[in-house]
Amino acid sequence: MRYLPLTDADRREMLRVIGAKSVDDLFRDVPASARLPGKVAGLPDHQGELEVERAFQGFAAKNVSPAMAPFFIGAGAYRHHVPATVDYMIQRGEFLTSYTPYQPEITQGTLQYLFEFQTQVTLLTGMEVANASMYDGSTGTSEAVLMANRVTRRHKALISGGLHPQYRGVIETAARWEGFNAVVGKADVDGLEDLIAAVDKETSCVVVQNPSFFGHVRDFSKLAEACHAAGALLIVVVTEVVSLGLITPPGEMGADIVVCEGQSIGNGLGFGGPYVGLFATREKYMRQMPGRLVGETVDADGKRGFVLTLSTREQHIRREKATSNICTNAGLCALAFTIHLTLLGEAGFRRLAELNHAKASELADRVAAVPGVTVVNDSFFNEFTVRLPRPAAPVVEALAARRILAGVPVSRLIPDDPSVANLLLLAATETATEHGMAPLVAGLKEVL
Amino acid sequence: MVQSLDRSQGRAGAVATDGAAAPKTFTGNRALQIEEPLIFEMGQAGRCGVDLPEPPKVKDRLNGLRRGGEIGLPGLSEPQVVQHYTRLSQKNYAIDMGVYPLGSCTMKHNPRINEKVARLAGIGDLHPLQPVSTVQGALELIDTLAHWLKTLTGMPAVAMSPAAGAHGEMCGMMAIAAALDAKGERAQRKIVLAPESAHGTNPATAAALGFTVKPIPANDRGRVDLAALKAALGPDVAAIMLTNPNTCGLFESEIVEISTAVHEAGAYFYCDGANFNAIAGRVRPGDLGVDCMHINLHKTFSTPHGGGGPGAGPVVLSAALAPFAPYPWIVKTGDGWTVAEEGTRVAGTPFGRLKAFHGQMGMFSRALAYIMSHGADGLKQASEDAVLSANYVMAALKDVMTPAFDGPCMHEVLFDDSFLKDTGVSTLDFAKAMIDEGYHPMTMYFPLVVHGAMLIEPTESQAKEDLDQFIGALRSLTERAKTGTAAEEFKAAPRFSPRRRLDETLAARKPILRWRPSNNPPEGGPMRQAAE
Repeated sequence: MRYLPLTDADRREMLRVIGAKSVDDLFRDVPASARLPGKVAGLPDHQGELEVERAFQGFAAKNVSPAMAPFFIGAGAYRHHVPATVDYMIQRGEFLTSYTPYQPEITQGTLQYLFEFQTQVTLLTGMEVANASMYDGSTGTSEAVLMANRVTRRHKALISGGLHPQYRGVIETAARWEGFNAVVGKADVDGLEDLIAAVDKETSCVVVQNPSFFGHVRDFSKLAEACHAAGALLIVVVTEVVSLGLITPPGEMGADIVVCEGQSIGNGLGFGGPYVGLFATREKYMRQMPGRLVGETVDADGKRGFVLTLSTREQHIRREKATSNICTNAGLCALAFTIHLTLLGEAGFRRLAELNHAKASELADRVAAVPGVTVVNDSFFNEFTVRLPRPAAPVVEALAARRILAGVPVSRLIPDDPSVANLLLLAATETATEHGMAPLVAGLKEVL
Repeated sequence: MVQSLDRSQGRAGAVATDGAAAPKTFTGNRALQIEEPLIFEMGQAGRCGVDLPEPPKVKDRLNGLRRGGEIGLPGLSEPQVVQHYTRLSQKNYAIDMGVYPLGSCTMKHNPRINEKVARLAGIGDLHPLQPVSTVQGALELIDTLAHWLKTLTGMPAVAMSPAAGAHGEMCGMMAIAAALDAKGERAQRKIVLAPESAHGTNPATAAALGFTVKPIPANDRGRVDLAALKAALGPDVAAIMLTNPNTCGLFESEIVEISTAVHEAGAYFYCDGANFNAIAGRVRPGDLGVDCMHINLHKTFSTPHGGGGPGAGPVVLSAALAPFAPYPWIVKTGDGWTVAEEGTRVAGTPFGRLKAFHGQMGMFSRALAYIMSHGADGLKQASEDAVLSANYVMAALKDVMTPAFDGPCMHEVLFDDSFLKDTGVSTLDFAKAMIDEGYHPMTMYFPLVVHGAMLIEPTESQAKEDLDQFIGALRSLTERAKTGTAAEEFKAAPRFSPRRRLDETLAARKPILRWRPSNNPPEGGPMRQAAE
C-alpha cells in the first residue's frame, strides 16, 4: 500500500521491541464481542491511483459543470474567476499540511496570513476587528446571533425576510435547540421590509442581509440607530462579498456585527463547501467573539511575530463556558481568500465589483425584454429577482434539459410560500458572457 | 542505535553553529529564512495582480449606496504575491516536512491524488443549487462516501453536512435533544456526563444546548470509572459524551458495559470519533453500542488540516436517532439520486439544518479518494500501523520518559512530566527544544487528567527509520534535561526557528488584531523601512 512505509520486517522488529506476539495483542482491550475476524465485510480492497482517478472521472462525467453551460446561478454561492496563482499557492505543503498554529515559532506563515486576512476583513466590512474565519456565512450568522444574545443578555432575534432562507434555517435550528426566540419576517420579495417598529427592549439583535436574498441594496443606517436606541445589535450579512467593492460597507451603516460568505474571493463553487465565513465586529465586543484570533506580539529577540490570542474565550481553555464550540475553522479557504484579494488589491477589487454590476445590469435589461418576464428589483448588485408568468421550478428544469443553468427558483429555498412560486433568482458575475446570455434569453422565450 | 544526523563527520572548517551568536545580516535574513513584511507594508498604488477588462459604463442600480473613499487594500503585482506567500510558507512546519506527532490531531500523510480529484471541473466547479438532474455524479459521490462511513462504523444512517468535528458534536447532540423531545423527556434530562479527559469541545457543545455537564472520574487505568458512571446515571441524564479510544490513547475496555448501563438508564451514548483512526477497518463503533459518532474526515481520512481547516464532521447515527437527522441528505431513487431538503416529503422529523447547502463536498471528495485508495484491507492495515507505531514509541522511550498508563496504547501514547521532576525543565521547555531538533512538538498539557501531559501520535505515515530518529532525539533531550544543569538551555529554546518564543501575555494584554498604519513595528529592519 503506497501510503504505508512500514515493511513486514519493520513490523516484526517493532513488535519484538514492544514485546507483543502480534498486532492483535495491541488491540486486546477491545471487547471480544466487537473484534472482527478480519477486515470489514462488504467493501472493496485497495486501488491504485489510476483506478481511483478513473472512478472520480466517472462521477464528474455525470455532472453538468458551469464551465460547459450558460450559467446564472447565485443565491449565496457565486462563480468567479480565481487566478491560477491562488490554487497553486494554497497547495504548497507548508500551508496545506500544517495544523492549527498552536506552536507559533514554527507556524509564522499561517499566523501572518491570518493576521493579513483579519485586516482585510475589517477593511472590506468597515469594522474594527475580525476573527480568523468561521466555517461559512450561514454558521457564522448563527454564531453572530448567539454572540448578540451574550452581549445584550436578551433572547429575541429579529430575522429579516431578506435573509437567505438556509441561513434563516440555521438560525432557527440554533434557536430551537439552544433556547432563544427567532422571530422571522415574511419573504421580503420587494425589498420594502421595515423592521424598525419591531425592535423593542427584548430584542437582542436584528439580522439583515445586503444585498438581500432577493438582490435589493438597502441602507440600514436608520435601522442601526433604532437598534442602538433599544439596546439591540444590528447584524448585517453579506453573501456576495464582491459587492463590498461597490456598495457602502455595513460598518459605515452602523452595523455591530458583520458576517460574510467569503467564497466568492479565492474559493470555487465546490458544490457548496468548504467555504469561508468572515466575522467582524466592534472592538468593544472583541472578547465575546467566537473563533480564533491572531494577534501581533514580539519574540524573545524582540522581533515582530504573531500568535493565537484571547483564547480564554475558546473551548480548549474555557470548556463549557466558551463563547462557541468551534475548533477547526476554514484556515486554508481563508488563505485562498487572502491571496486572491491581495492579487486584486484596491484597484482590482473595485473593478471586479464594477464588472459584476455591469454584467448583471446587462442581463436584467435582456431578460426584462422577454415577454411575460418582469424584473422585480429597482436596485441590485450582481443578482436580482424576476417574476415569470408561471412557476419557476419547471422552467429551470426545462432550461436545464437544454443545458442552460438558468438560476435558482425561489421555491426551492422557500417551499412553503405559494406567493414565491413564480420567482427566479438570476446572477451574473464577470464570468458571464454574451454567449451565455443569448441562449438564456432565447431559452426563456421558448419555454415560457 | 540511532545515528546522529550531524553531517560534519569531524571535518575541519566548521564555524560556530549557535544561531543566536551568529553575526547580524544587513537584511535581517538568514539565508533561506527571509524576513517578510505584511502585504500592507508592500503595496503601491498603480500595481495590480490581475488584469480585468474596463467595465462598460452603466447606470448604477445601487440605491444611491455607492461606496466612497479608499478601502485601503494594498496593490501588489503577481510575482510579489507569489514571493510573499512562498516566503511565508517557509516559516511553517508541516506533515510534508516530517514527523508531526501532535496527539489527538492525527497528522498523517495527505495524498495529492485527493487534491487532484477534488479539483476536477465536473466535481470542484459545481453549484450547490444546480438542478439535481445536472449533479447526479456529485450526489452519487456523497452517497458512496456515506455508504463507506456507515459500513465502516456499522451504523444505519449518517448526517453528512456538519463542517467539522465540533459541528458534528452539535449535530449529534441536537439529534439526542430531538429524540428526548419526541419522548417528552427533554425537560427532565438535563445532564450530560463527560470524562474529565474529554476534548474541550464536548462540554462546550453540551453547554450550548442547555445541558449541565457533569464530569465522570477516571480509574487508575485511565478509563472511565464504571462504578462512578453507574452511580451518576439516572432519570435526569440525557447522554454521555465519550471519546473512544479516549484522549489518553487508551481503548475503553468496558465500553460495552458503559453503553449498556447508559441505555438502561434511558440515556444516549455520544461517541467523540476524533480517534476513530486507531480502529477504522478493525472495529465498528456500532458493535460497541454507540448512538452517534462524528468522524473527523480531516483526521481519520486524511483531508488536509490546512493550517486549521477546513474540516468535515459527518455523524453516523443509530436507528433510534436516524429519524431526527438534519437536512439535507441524499436519497437514492429508482435510477438516480435526489436531495431531501426543506419542502421534501420525508419520513421522520429532521431537527433542522446546520449549514447552508450540502456539506463540505471538497472534503468528501478527498476523503473518498483516500478511502478508495486504501480499501477495506488498507484501512485496517493503516489503523494497525498507527497503533503499532505508537506502541513502539512508548516501548522505546519508557525507560527514559514516564508513560502515564501501562500499555498497550492505541494510536497515541501519553507521557506525564514526572521524568522531568527536579530538572527545572517543564513540559513546555521540553517541547520547545524538540523544535530545534527539527520536530513539531507533541500535544502538551492535554488531556488535563495527567500532570504536564505529552501526547504523542506518530500515525502510520512514518517510516521506521524516521521513528527511530525521532526516538533518538527525544532520548537525547531527556538525557540533557536530566543532567540537571540544562534548564537555562531548555528555557532558551527554540533558537533556530523563524521566531523564538513569543510573548503571548503581551498579545493578550494589548490585543493588536489587525494592521494599522500607526502600528509601531517592534523591529524595523532595512527591508521594512524601505517598504514604508
